[in-house]
Amino acid sequence: MDPVPSSPASAATAVRTKSGHYSFWRLLREGLRGQRGWRPAWVKASPKPRYRVVIVGGGGHGLSTAYYLASHFGITDVAVVERGPIGLGNVGRNTTIVRSNYFQPANIRFYEYSLKLWEGLERELNFNAMVSQRGTLNLFHTEAQRDLFTRRANQMRLLGVDAEAVTREGVKSLVPLIDLDNGRYPVLGGFLQPRGGTVRHDAVAWGYARGASERGVDIIEHCEVTGIRHDGGRVAGVETSRGFLGADIVCLAVAGHSSRLAGMAGLRLPIETHVLQAWVTESLKPVLDVVLTYGAGHFYVSQSDKGGLVFGGAIDGYNTYGQRGTLPMAEEVAAAAVTLLPGLARVKVLRQWGGIMDMSMDGSPIISKTPVEGLILNGGWCYGGFKAIPAGGMTTAYLVAHGSPHPLATHLDLGRFAAGRPIDERGIGPFPYAH
Amino acid sequence: MLRLPCPFCGERDETEFRFRGDATVVRPGAGAGLDEFNAYVYERANPLGWHTEWWLHAAGCRRLLKVERDTLTHEIRSVTAAATDGGH
Repeated sequence: MDPVPSSPASAATAVRTKSGHYSFWRLLREGLRGQRGWRPAWVKASPKPRYRVVIVGGGGHGLSTAYYLASHFGITDVAVVERGPIGLGNVGRNTTIVRSNYFQPANIRFYEYSLKLWEGLERELNFNAMVSQRGTLNLFHTEAQRDLFTRRANQMRLLGVDAEAVTREGVKSLVPLIDLDNGRYPVLGGFLQPRGGTVRHDAVAWGYARGASERGVDIIEHCEVTGIRHDGGRVAGVETSRGFLGADIVCLAVAGHSSRLAGMAGLRLPIETHVLQAWVTESLKPVLDVVLTYGAGHFYVSQSDKGGLVFGGAIDGYNTYGQRGTLPMAEEVAAAAVTLLPGLARVKVLRQWGGIMDMSMDGSPIISKTPVEGLILNGGWCYGGFKAIPAGGMTTAYLVAHGSPHPLATHLDLGRFAAGRPIDERGIGPFPYAH
Repeated sequence: MLRLPCPFCGERDETEFRFRGDATVVRPGAGAGLDEFNAYVYERANPLGWHTEWWLHAAGCRRLLKVERDTLTHEIRSVTAAATDGGH
């Protein structure tokens, strides 16, 4: 299944910023010429009164949607409007993990498509996003959990996605720091997706912004949407702090704030906003070269290229728009961390932050038309939005361009809740706290 | 750490409580249609600002409480027992 047009329609669009091709030779040449030849990677545009497509939200999904609209679907009359500077929302506040180890076939196909796009992303964008396929290792601590993971791995392998069972000894050799026989939840083994890993999150926003801007997309910062104008059930444009922008299609890519933006168009979404915290420690020498997930509590960790251990847990558990989080979850995550990796108990935490999430009512995202004609929603990402940026952008762009859902995203429609077919991703019921 | 003033037990840490979600949605009658049940089960206002919500004092008096809390500042304006309000 290759739902993407094989010949991009981008050739017709004018290149305008001329930030130039990035390469080793360019680096060498600029080095020899005193770095005087670099130009801004993308243009800070001012709003025009009307666009064919206005995308609200200059984060990962908004920028990638704009990029794929311009590069794969030939639609360049596009504006991305962002309340602050681009890339400072959830795309800059996550733990940078990419993987496709899902359970439901429709989700496996969607996230695997995303992982394949990650694998080719740097070549496609000519931008170093530091895609590092170091593997994601999920641990299990009970036999029932082993059965569940085995079932998930088999499901993935049936669809041609890489997944491997790892023995206790295998876990130890992959993660020498681990305390397999920790008193609380001894590790029985693991489930590895070797192609999973991490990506430099800021570079994802910058790379897509550069690619979109070069193809004619207007990226408009400091432009807050204050209203969505619609009449007769059809969207007409957005009111912003920099004036009205008319549009044939308005696409919301504002996860965390989807309810508020959709509310401006009179809609109530099956979404609540919750905070997810993350932490990073001081830099250490290389100690961990996989993404590791604890199976008996809330803790997952990877080591950044700078050396800090980046780790996170679960949502705090009550509606909030505060991007900070409270201490009980910090304690729970830290307890899990030192249970599993006791050698790290004295490592200092440098920073903590929170990102606010669209928690959808079944734990899966929404890429869909809405009851307001011309208003498209990309949201409900729960805490799994980062890994889905390429596929989310591509399938949202497809929906904008074709007016019908991308074959890999038909199951993500908004109507699934009323229709009684929510997505039971984990095989334990469609709960809103899942991802 | 949120501190919720339970009308029965006094001010306690959030870890004693279990969040039970939006307290403004009302279960429709048995004869209600699909749209009303969809709205009740799934759709939420999800406001930035004051939110009326249920908290169960699970590790305390086990009473269900109706709390008004600001979702941005986490300020708590009122806590009342659900029963006095005719709720659940």
